[in-house]
Amino acid sequence: MKEIGIKTIDELYVDVPEKYQLKRRLNLPEGRSEPEVKQYVERLLARNITCKDMPIFLGAGCWPHYVPAVVNAIIRRGELSTSYTPYQPEISQGMLQILFEYQSMICELTEMEVANCSMYDWASALGEAARMAVRVTHRNEVLIPKIIHPERKTALQTYVEPAGIIVREINYERETGQLSLQDLKEKISEKTAAVYVENPSYLGFIETNVKEIEQETHAKGALFIVGVDPTSLGVLKPPGEYGADIVVGEGQPLGNPMNYGGPLLGIFACRNDLRLVRQMPGRIIGMTTTVNGNHKAFCMALQTREQHIRREKATSNICSNESLCAVAAAVYMALLGPKGFRELSKTIMLKANYAIKMLSEIEGLRVPVFNSVHFKEFTVNFDAAGLAVNEVHRRLLKCGIHGGKNVSRDFPELGETALYCVTEVHSKDDIDRLAAALEQIVRGK
Amino acid sequence: MVQNFRQAFWNEPMVFELGNNRRRGFILPKAEETIQREIGEIDKLIPSNIRRTKPPKLPQLSEVEVVRHYTRLSQMNYGVDLGFYPLGSCTMKYNPKINEVLAELPGITMIHPYQNEETVQGILEVLYWLERWLAEITGMYEVCLQPAAGAHAEFLGALIMRAYHKLNGDETKRSELIVPDSAHGTNPASGTMAGFKIVVVPSDNEGCVDLKALKEAVSEHTAGLMLTNPNTLGIFERNIEEIAKIIHSSGGLLYYDGANLNAILGKVRPGDMGFDIVHINIHKTFGTPHGGGGPGAGPIGVSEQLAKFLPIPRIVFDGNRYRLDYNRPYSVGKIRSFYGNVAVLLKAYAYILSLGAEGLEQIAEVSVLNANYLVKKLRGIKGLTLPYDEAKPRKHECVFSAERLKKQTGISALHIAKRLLDYGFHAPTIYFPLIVKEALMIEPTESFEKETLDKFAETMRKIVKEAYENPEKLLKAPENTAVPRVDEVKASHPRTMTLSWKMYQQKLKEMRNNY
Repeated sequence: MKEIGIKTIDELYVDVPEKYQLKRRLNLPEGRSEPEVKQYVERLLARNITCKDMPIFLGAGCWPHYVPAVVNAIIRRGELSTSYTPYQPEISQGMLQILFEYQSMICELTEMEVANCSMYDWASALGEAARMAVRVTHRNEVLIPKIIHPERKTALQTYVEPAGIIVREINYERETGQLSLQDLKEKISEKTAAVYVENPSYLGFIETNVKEIEQETHAKGALFIVGVDPTSLGVLKPPGEYGADIVVGEGQPLGNPMNYGGPLLGIFACRNDLRLVRQMPGRIIGMTTTVNGNHKAFCMALQTREQHIRREKATSNICSNESLCAVAAAVYMALLGPKGFRELSKTIMLKANYAIKMLSEIEGLRVPVFNSVHFKEFTVNFDAAGLAVNEVHRRLLKCGIHGGKNVSRDFPELGETALYCVTEVHSKDDIDRLAAALEQIVRGK
Repeated sequence: MVQNFRQAFWNEPMVFELGNNRRRGFILPKAEETIQREIGEIDKLIPSNIRRTKPPKLPQLSEVEVVRHYTRLSQMNYGVDLGFYPLGSCTMKYNPKINEVLAELPGITMIHPYQNEETVQGILEVLYWLERWLAEITGMYEVCLQPAAGAHAEFLGALIMRAYHKLNGDETKRSELIVPDSAHGTNPASGTMAGFKIVVVPSDNEGCVDLKALKEAVSEHTAGLMLTNPNTLGIFERNIEEIAKIIHSSGGLLYYDGANLNAILGKVRPGDMGFDIVHINIHKTFGTPHGGGGPGAGPIGVSEQLAKFLPIPRIVFDGNRYRLDYNRPYSVGKIRSFYGNVAVLLKAYAYILSLGAEGLEQIAEVSVLNANYLVKKLRGIKGLTLPYDEAKPRKHECVFSAERLKKQTGISALHIAKRLLDYGFHAPTIYFPLIVKEALMIEPTESFEKETLDKFAETMRKIVKEAYENPEKLLKAPENTAVPRVDEVKASHPRTMTLSWKMYQQKLKEMRNNY
């Protein structure tokens, strides 16, 4: 203060109009010491019942998966966690290489050629993908499946509505849940910028007609966007092999905990076609060399697409992203490798299908609703038992089990139906307990 | 004394070049034998046309190789934990470690967003009160935690403007969003995404919004104005009352870009200055780590008349239980899944709990004091100037210009930035705001002590001296970082652009074939 010649700090605020100066203290709790804060927050969080306390069969866009210890050991490192976006590549090679490797591993998993280094989540990635497809094709209609996460659909609509983009839904086959090819043929036109499908679908079944959908889409000159759960890609055909132009998805299962739904990790990848790549949203890390040519090096590429250069003409407004979640995902993918990934997908699918089998044997339940193969999530219908999902779940909770997501309101045509999720963290014992409890509830109603 | 620095350099291969096909880093639990017996072969379950036949070409490393690879790479990265990071507008302050510990508790990491509300009362309480506290700090009526980042919140804010004008029957008419020429790049980009035409107003010679130009820009087409206060020059928009009047009397709304909130915590509140919508960068002002680009969090605050437009769900409290309310007919919808970056928000909760009102106000005071101390130390260095009213106190940051230096020596802001890296400092933000030529935008934050600021100022002095005496040295900078100057042009050139390992392999193959 002496150096800058002021007596009170207030002199630094002289240009704030008197009438706006806050003349009182903010109305907030008193400051506390570290041990006090720790104890306070620990007690508060201890009131939450976690999936350590009870098996939780919820998925629907945020899934319980095991996070290997190595992942936390790496992302805790201050050199990585306390850095900013790598604007100065020479001093940020570590983060840049990791993000480049993340992009590369996403490309291997999806069989695409280019990926960005993260979007906020699957929903916003889909919103950006739809806008990108419209910029590329100069058309303004996007077709999506009727079976989609309602929140993802709402987010998509929020993203595209200001751009005047129309979202239309394609029906599904009542028996199998599969996207109706006939309805697709009826709705697709010269106005269609993109057709979007999800695999596995929101309600857990595997979409098998992807090749036919792709052909229909490309025949009309539209882009084919595919949404994925990456944990399925150890056993399911990667979208790059069935002609996807853009791949979006949720990377949370790759080494990121559920955290009550955030942060998540939006996956965004596309084919190596300049027409597409130039319209991509988000930060992309490129491999290059030093100016003297002596070292390989990394830096942000194609920055002229971005808001800090292009301002109102940018492909997206995204600035802060989910980089550290992408680091976690990179470490996770490197730990698992191809064998681990196949085992992950296999274990999940085995356990989920075991749960389907056990639950389907209970009289009064229809499991799953659709006659298709399911990956890690599946529908359970309680109509024949004459029970409402909420009632069943209330009673399950009393047995120390958390049921799946109630989807009755989002898909009224399916009746009283819930979406259950089983992953590698659920033991046979958890599944057997669930089956026993449901049987009791159905029988004892 | 300037500090000696040498960043670690490991000639670290790509992860794909490490390991071999016998190694693995993680063993997953197998499905129980009964399950395997009952369900049988997975490959028989999956229709062949959708079955993966070729395994993904992921690397195959042992656990310790993975740890070593990423630990080595971390050593080639610079963060706030290592030193001064005066990246203007980014508020690179200390991230308290206790908050990281709390965010790893199972009470947050292992709860699902769709759990029954009765089972998550603890986290709902955290989020509810964080909303209330942020409302108090910003002087707004309600706060919503959903946006994942500042730009995400700007997009949402612009959508709320649209929804407001739509409800007034004004949607098609109010198609213009005004931003000052000193605004962050996200402001115009977010406005465009929300369907607005961007109208840019210039700054006056004091670095503030030019009132005359603003009056001319405003019309019946004006949806609103996006403003940062203090602005990106670190200068407080003293005419804020007049600005608010101009916008409001034309029927527009006033949006506060909270990137620079750090300077005014507990001193002056956006809500009191007449802002209708405010966003808060949790990862700037509330001390959560930036994570190399994210995750951050960008809560949005609104005035009473706009509260009904906030995204769903809203957390409500009846004095006894917390619950999520989806029944909001005027809501703009959702801009992401679930409720926000909860793990980041929990850290902000703990941050406010630690500091209290007094601590937050001290943050503002010390950050402003530090910025003005740097102004004092850097002013008068030959070749550097402080554009716009020199006598005016700065707030959280200051913007110097190296234009004169460049004219006299050929050394630009970029060269200074690169040379700073050689002395173990992160560079300031450069070439921004756009209205300052050869800009060096310096934000010291409250987290660095006088000794560090002195050292930084001395280093700047030394670099400028080098520019006059030995410019060759500067042209070669940086030399002490893991690698010397990176070829950024090559990274984006269509012929050399390599955006994944797959592309790199393809390029190698092409080269071999051509050869």
